[in-house]
Amino acid sequence: MATKEKTGIVEKILRCGIISWIIFFTLWAFAAFNYDEIFLPSPIETWKALVKVISDGTLGADIIASLGRIGKGWGLAILTAIPIGLLTGHFKCVRWLVEPLLNLLRFIPAIALTSMFLIWFGVDDKSKVALILYAAFFPILVNTIAGVVTTDKSLVEAASCMGAGRIRVFFTVIVPSSVPNIFTGVRLGLSSSIICVIAAEMLVGGDGLGYLIQSSRMYYKTSWAFAGIITLALIGFIADRLLSFVGKKLLKHFGVK
Amino acid sequence: MYVELKNVNKRFGDCQASDNVSFGIEKGKLIGLLGPSGSGKTTILRMIAGLEKQDSGDIYINGSLVNDLSPSQRGVGFVFQNYALFPYLTVYDNIAYGLKVQKKDKEYINKRVTELLELVNLPGLEKRYPDQLSGGQKQRIALARALAPEPELLLLDEPFAAIDAKVRQELRTWLRETIDKIGITSIFVTHDQDEAIEVADEIVITNLGKVEQVGDPVNIYLYPKTPFAAQFIGKSTIIDDYDVLKGFDKEGDDTRAIIRPEFVELESLNSVKGQDPSYEDGIVEQSIFRGHYFEVILDVNGIKIKANSQLVNGPLKAGDKVRVLVDQLYILDNESTRVVKNKSRDDSGQYFI
Repeated sequence: MATKEKTGIVEKILRCGIISWIIFFTLWAFAAFNYDEIFLPSPIETWKALVKVISDGTLGADIIASLGRIGKGWGLAILTAIPIGLLTGHFKCVRWLVEPLLNLLRFIPAIALTSMFLIWFGVDDKSKVALILYAAFFPILVNTIAGVVTTDKSLVEAASCMGAGRIRVFFTVIVPSSVPNIFTGVRLGLSSSIICVIAAEMLVGGDGLGYLIQSSRMYYKTSWAFAGIITLALIGFIADRLLSFVGKKLLKHFGVK
Repeated sequence: MYVELKNVNKRFGDCQASDNVSFGIEKGKLIGLLGPSGSGKTTILRMIAGLEKQDSGDIYINGSLVNDLSPSQRGVGFVFQNYALFPYLTVYDNIAYGLKVQKKDKEYINKRVTELLELVNLPGLEKRYPDQLSGGQKQRIALARALAPEPELLLLDEPFAAIDAKVRQELRTWLRETIDKIGITSIFVTHDQDEAIEVADEIVITNLGKVEQVGDPVNIYLYPKTPFAAQFIGKSTIIDDYDVLKGFDKEGDDTRAIIRPEFVELESLNSVKGQDPSYEDGIVEQSIFRGHYFEVILDVNGIKIKANSQLVNGPLKAGDKVRVLVDQLYILDNESTRVVKNKSRDDSGQYFI
């Protein structure tokens, strides 16, 4: 009985991931021991840098700048990609029109379009938001279409046998049935947005986490860049967890897992 | 006729799902569409509901031609094999769906949902979601939902196929009672002959897209019109030369026949009845104890026949000699079957005593 409990505790510790992190930081510290701070800052140097950028307000301002852009770009992508996806999935003729373009365009990464977007939308926020919109748009669109197309046919038939017309079937069967796929698209869209905002800020400059990482590196403040990178990882992780938690809570009965 | 199909044809690619199907159904009857899988029974049901459009032929419901009506205009309740409950709606909202379509007021919807949940013996489940229900419960809710808008015709596609054997038996009886209570004309599809015989007022037997026979279960059982119907309903053995049996002469060119175990009389060697000259000798080849009888395979003049032996005859084992009389059999030709009674049995006049 006692041994069983023991293995239970060991298993718990292993599963919560703390061991993995201890190993990671130890390896990092050992590696950093051999190099100077500019080449590879140690965990402690990174921690100090993190405290510094937090206390002087740089990090906070950059996080807000980046999150603001993600919010705008991702939000716009949700607002446009879901309705377009629903219509594209539902109407065969729209699908035939959209799909060929979609299958090609979605393989053009947003980063490849950065300089074009700069010309079209200018150097300010607009081009960055547009890039994020572009990056988040396709995962949401593709998944929304998939959701509509994979709607259980018998649900549609059941609704029409109970007298529901086409419009009612669309809103009461097809849209709710697509929710799990749409949600997956929205989640993927969020991670695309985060990747894209960093790339855009690094290339275009101004402010934001991407700019922080890029400029710190240019001024040989590698530990600051590391602080930015760690923040980025945390933001991505927290955002995704938060989103899936909200999804599970609110959309459980739509089949979101 | 309340529902009528006239020369209905439907083709899916190379498969003729409905081959000139015609039959009619009286109001208030419960009909079983029975056939093996791929026989086209579900296609017939779906065409009546308007979920599938026939290539040619006419379908009438309550006297009016419904060929060009969409499912939503036909006023038909449909219960799906996989239940097709909306997973994102509560039981209440599932049942209320059709009523909301009809724009009924809230009070009426409330009353009707409660009433239907009582009808299907599941009161108090309003707030549950479908994934919190068992298979049998889902099926009952699916039925309640189909009945909510008060359809004039109820169609059920393999309603018990996905439910385990024990619950299925209960649900069958319950469905029969419930449908009787409401008095709604209903058609259900099944591949299970016991289910059809037990539940239906009338059976439509389908095979390879064709309707083989329509009739009440007893009639179909006793007087199957086609070789397929004879084999599909009830237990039977097919024999090649029926004229070898005592009391049967060859009629026409057909020598194949079907014998049902119920029409084989079996007596022990030294019983009084067994001495009757109309009986002949048989040897037990195989004997399986079925609880209240023995199911035996007999060799009679080189022909293998399945028969049921009552416990009065004592336990039988392979090699035992018995006395056998085949009361009636069904002679098969390509398109039809006919019942032939044992001649010696008539001669001996036992029926007149």
